[in-house]
Amino acid sequence: MASPNDLQFQEFQEAAELLSADPGASTLSMSSSNNPAQGEDVKLNLSEDEEGEEESSELLGAPKPSGGFWTFEYYQSFFNVDTVQVLDRVKGSVMPLPGRNFIKHTLRSNPDLYGPFWICVTLVFSVAIGGNVSTFLSEMGNPAFHYRPQFHKVTIATVVIFLYAWLVPIGLWGFLTWRQGAERQIGGYSFLETVCVYGYSLFVYIPTSVLWIIPFEWLRWTLILVAMVISGSVLVLTFWPVVCDDSKVTAVATVVTIVVLHTLLAIGCKLYFFQTAVHVPTPVTASPPIALTTHS
Amino acid sequence: MAAAESSRPFSGLSDVSISEDIPVEGDISVPIDSSRKDDDFSTLDEPVKETILRDLRAVGKKFIHVLYPKRSSALLRDWDLWGPLLLCVTLALLLQGGAADNDDQGGPQFAEVFVIIWFGSIIITLNSKLLGGTISFFQSLCVLGYCILPLTAAMAVCRIVLLSGSGKVSFAVRLVVVTASFGWSTFASTAFLTGSQPPNRKALVVYPVFLFYFVIGWMILTFSPPQ
Repeated sequence: MASPNDLQFQEFQEAAELLSADPGASTLSMSSSNNPAQGEDVKLNLSEDEEGEEESSELLGAPKPSGGFWTFEYYQSFFNVDTVQVLDRVKGSVMPLPGRNFIKHTLRSNPDLYGPFWICVTLVFSVAIGGNVSTFLSEMGNPAFHYRPQFHKVTIATVVIFLYAWLVPIGLWGFLTWRQGAERQIGGYSFLETVCVYGYSLFVYIPTSVLWIIPFEWLRWTLILVAMVISGSVLVLTFWPVVCDDSKVTAVATVVTIVVLHTLLAIGCKLYFFQTAVHVPTPVTASPPIALTTHS
Repeated sequence: MAAAESSRPFSGLSDVSISEDIPVEGDISVPIDSSRKDDDFSTLDEPVKETILRDLRAVGKKFIHVLYPKRSSALLRDWDLWGPLLLCVTLALLLQGGAADNDDQGGPQFAEVFVIIWFGSIIITLNSKLLGGTISFFQSLCVLGYCILPLTAAMAVCRIVLLSGSGKVSFAVRLVVVTASFGWSTFASTAFLTGSQPPNRKALVVYPVFLFYFVIGWMILTFSPPQ
């Protein structure tokens, strides 16, 4: 142990005081050399508790991250998930069952930022690459077509998808918090949980955007309908219990807005990135006979 | 306590007086070992060629470690960022000529490639550290940068293949080469990185690396030469 004995004694004393204040907390003392914030000797890290005993102390919403927002541990608490948990959340976002609230059932007071962030990045690249491939496939018969990677689409996709995945939850969370007032904070969702739901609900668009490469219009519209139903119902099932206490008009209006924005994103992506060839390559077959007649 | 100890030698100075009949002379000799250690750390006097060659040899040694990835810690212990910089600039330059007609429908510009590689490496490193990895920031940047070597080699091969035409055969050859080098890069970097991750989060750390090399491989595969 690197610390001298008298510092170790103080560490236990502080730990004992903290434990007596909150006996249910799990303690974790980190002595790795990578810690930038060495000021605290004992850090309370509320690691994932499957027993659910965290829920009773989660009156404030999310598990309390340790340290201020300028320390590394604060952000580390948002990445406190295992592979199995991330896969469970992804499965829960693809199979919405009525009565299963994504936040209460799957997130269980441990929202993470890993899923939303990497799902958005994957979606950006899958949409850009899928759009590029579908443009190439639709223009394959056209000899005047010179293949271009269209790399600027990645930039546009990044801006659109990240704005959607971060600004819409901010707006929705702000609106819901304002509507609830101060008394009913127990029923509300924290900002992180809202971002988490939106991020995971975008997952179903990733296989959809890959399947959009298949150049049949009816298939594309069917796929987009299926994807919208799945991810829209995840969002609706999550937010309806919170909103239904409100006046009928506001509740319906909120849910409709959520669905409409989600639809706009899907249709906008499809129309912009997967533009079907407007110029149908029929003149190709017609031109050689004309050339022959003029030359003959 | 230490302060009290240090004040003791000075506290007796007021009593010391040297009488004239006691000669004060002596010999202070420094052991030779310390000067030898000094020479090891001081590289100011060596010729410039030696300095450059030493760094180049270190970079070359790491290239060989990437080409034959064993579970060794040489890449991690003495990290440097010369190799990644060299590879990144080479790759960005090789991807340059594909901007047909200089409009924005073309391939990625130099700055875009640079930003993707460095920004992507930084984000992957932050991701692995946030998930509880014990690797340091620059070590991870070093590993990710060095493992771009197979993809850069694939880019050079693709450009050579494209010299002979861009039909279906050349596309098939390029696809095989890029896929093989993408697999090699991912395998090499995970061989170095997974040792430092918590065991039940390994897949969470490997997936962004996979995505990163996939995007770079995509940029290489879709490179179309200017007409």
